[in-house]
Amino acid sequence: MTLRTALFLALTALANSGGEIAVTRAMKDIGEVKDFELAALLTVFKRAFRSGWMRLAIGLLAVGFFSLLALLSWADVSFVIPATASTYVVGGLGAKFLLGERLSSARWAGIVLVSVGVALVCAG
Amino acid sequence: MDFSLRLKTYICLVLIVLFSSSGNIFLSQGMKQIGAVRLGSTMDLVRLLARIFTSGWIWMGIAALLLFLGCFMVVLSWADYSFVSPASASAYIVVPLVGHFLLGEKVPHLHWLGIMIICVGVGLVRHTAPETTRAK
Repeated sequence: MTLRTALFLALTALANSGGEIAVTRAMKDIGEVKDFELAALLTVFKRAFRSGWMRLAIGLLAVGFFSLLALLSWADVSFVIPATASTYVVGGLGAKFLLGERLSSARWAGIVLVSVGVALVCAG
Repeated sequence: MDFSLRLKTYICLVLIVLFSSSGNIFLSQGMKQIGAVRLGSTMDLVRLLARIFTSGWIWMGIAALLLFLGCFMVVLSWADYSFVSPASASAYIVVPLVGHFLLGEKVPHLHWLGIMIICVGVGLVRHTAPETTRAK
């Protein structure tokens, strides 16, 4: 693996999990959705897309998407997609240190197993 | 976490898995109908975009992925990201199973091993509390 590939893999994982963590912050600021009528849900989405966290999320997810496309332009898909399964572990670390979630050992074990399983499914 | 919160979390997770899997399957069907992409000139790009945006499969894929995004946002308004993200990886189980049993695709042994490991991982995550940040 070249340094360029390693850097872009790290960028893809960080930008994708960072984007999803920013979506989580936006939604936590809005608060628990309790009304599931269409009009109420549309109001929630409108509020979410006006928040700075959601704009950051869109920016980070776009960076993740384009860095993945760049990676795929020179590296094999059979290597790139399984390698991006590490996003689950990066997301777990972000959830712990940026969102203050309490991750038990069972949840960590589940996250690691999901990452390994996704890598195997995508490796074929 | 009370029963109703756990129930609505699981309902959202099922919808997330259904919409993301079906969205990807619809997009894949649409792109297979369109065929291999060859871009030699600007007109090729215009023709390709016209074929993409007049495909019913592609629009169904876009609709399913928008519904996925909506459910993902809603569930994150109360549940942990570290719970939702790995639990929604069940989509990686659904797509090969649909491919195998409905579309007759051959699933390699390595995929079956991966599917089993994901099932154990998702099972472990689902046994933890979906929400750990709320003040008690």
